[in-house]
Amino acid sequence: METKRIENFIWEIPPDQKPGMKVPARIVASEALMKQMDEGVINQISNVACLPGIREYAWCMPDGHWGYGFPIGGVAAFDMRSGVISPGGIGFDINCGVRLIRTDLTAAELKPHIKELVNALFQIIPAGVGKSGFVNLNRAEFDNVITNGAEWCHKNGYAWDSDLDRIEQRGHLTGADPDAVSDKAINRGIDQIGTLGSGNHYLEIQTVRFDDECDREIAGLLGIKSEGQIMIMVHCGSRGFGHQIGTDYLQSFGAAMKKYGIVTNDRELACAPINSPEGKSYYGAMCCAANAAFANRQVITNGIRSGFARLLGKKAEDLGMELVYDVAHNIAKIETYNINGKSVELLVHRKGATRAFGPRNPNLSPGFQSTGQPVLVGGSMQTGSFLLVGTKKAEELTFGSTLHGAGRVMSRGAARRKVRGNDLQHEMEKGGIYVRTASFSGLAEEAGFAYKDISEVVNVVHQLGISKKVARLLPLANIKG
Amino acid sequence: MKFDELKFEICDDFASGDFIFDAYGNSLNELFAACAAACFHAITDLEKVRPVRKYSLQQNGENAEELLYNFISELIYLKDTEKLFLSDYDIDISPDRKALKAIVAGESIDYDRHTIKTDVKAATYHDLKIEKVGNGFKVRMVLDL
Repeated sequence: METKRIENFIWEIPPDQKPGMKVPARIVASEALMKQMDEGVINQISNVACLPGIREYAWCMPDGHWGYGFPIGGVAAFDMRSGVISPGGIGFDINCGVRLIRTDLTAAELKPHIKELVNALFQIIPAGVGKSGFVNLNRAEFDNVITNGAEWCHKNGYAWDSDLDRIEQRGHLTGADPDAVSDKAINRGIDQIGTLGSGNHYLEIQTVRFDDECDREIAGLLGIKSEGQIMIMVHCGSRGFGHQIGTDYLQSFGAAMKKYGIVTNDRELACAPINSPEGKSYYGAMCCAANAAFANRQVITNGIRSGFARLLGKKAEDLGMELVYDVAHNIAKIETYNINGKSVELLVHRKGATRAFGPRNPNLSPGFQSTGQPVLVGGSMQTGSFLLVGTKKAEELTFGSTLHGAGRVMSRGAARRKVRGNDLQHEMEKGGIYVRTASFSGLAEEAGFAYKDISEVVNVVHQLGISKKVARLLPLANIKG
Repeated sequence: MKFDELKFEICDDFASGDFIFDAYGNSLNELFAACAAACFHAITDLEKVRPVRKYSLQQNGENAEELLYNFISELIYLKDTEKLFLSDYDIDISPDRKALKAIVAGESIDYDRHTIKTDVKAATYHDLKIEKVGNGFKVRMVLDL
């Protein structure tokens, strides 16, 4: 397919390149990243451009790579009246996301305790296949969790007063409908609140570094004061609960597509009109899963705070362990955008993409009105991550969206053939990164070389102006699920 | 059928975080069993899993692909809720390919003895198409990790 460079960092696949494309598809990338981009991404994002009711462009972010249905890094906005909702445009791990916690500690202070601390956290926060969490919930209480998200955590002593304002949508999607959730999803998720999961999910202790382009004034406003400051990043989602909701609706949408006469290029793109009973039901279930994920990351935060406090003999409050922010990167949200001078309500799907609202966006808490929304970009466990903020340009150009991570350049199997998990663990420890893992082969799959160069990927969104660099976060220790 | 009698090949020559495999079978029953073996091969070393816990299950679908998606989804559900790995799969698919009965067997997860590779979150429908190859069948399937 023909891909045209529209401007620096934007490549376009015109609608005449594939039958059924309703809008152009656009990829955000540098020339080098575009060359590296899998052919599958171009095919997949142009399939997304064929979906009913899509507005303006189907976007793929620079960390984009081959996914099922939508590519990872996909952003698509649908008209609320004529558009569709697609479970494959969100992913099975609904509200997979990242949260960042600050501390007043420095790397020099923490390094002597790091192994002991990581070993303690490895016990407190269950990771890997088949692990249950420590929060015992009956069905009624689990309904409360999935209806109220992080607010349930606050009422039940797992959150500080200041936390909720620092979570995307305060950690609570109001459209949750527990009646739209199957018993199977409940059975799969009821014992998993407070667990990390596996794959690319992790808990990482990081130190701050400021590159030349980082905005240190914004960093200060977000509680990031100096290089060497200790931060903690958590990457995980809604666990089996969300996976089962995705599985259930991907199945039932087969019949809905027949009913509404919708045809897609791939069954994985199964969708239903947003306003249909089927579409509304999935939206209600998706909100439940999003709330479960916010609650999951909040309970994990509670575990991290208690682990630090116990080991360092100080209260978490006295260690300054405030939340910086929590973002969802697999989700669909109802948001309002200005298109051709008209205010339009859209359902924005982000699959491996992050909301990136700029300063003075009325949806942000007062604390972020001057800075813009923090964007947390989880990189590989060897090369580090980034804290960015959203911009007005993202709201104008990419439906308030930006990248979510580094993006894979290699399959898991190819990474395993290049390195053994325990060799990688030793190599990382020599380089000053202590790792505990629930799976050594899983560790090899997450090696730094399996991902794109995070600096290059972040530079693209920074230079395009859809996000702004605030701080680089270098790994000091990692718990891999 | 036991996992080591079944044939599947992992496709990992392009950048994806998912688990992609080609499965083969002389019959649809064998093809479905090979997909189940590939799924649990992604999660653990099947040689170490003893078939000591048995489950009977039934699934329906509009066609063979839906039936396969539903069957693998059901095994993933069993893995998470019963906290076990499955290594034996006896499957009986109806002639119209719209229903199956299966007896699957495996063992509760033992973190000291079993190898933990990664978790499988879900089966996908991505380009899912069962093909007739010679006298047998082939399918490419993508699982979300």
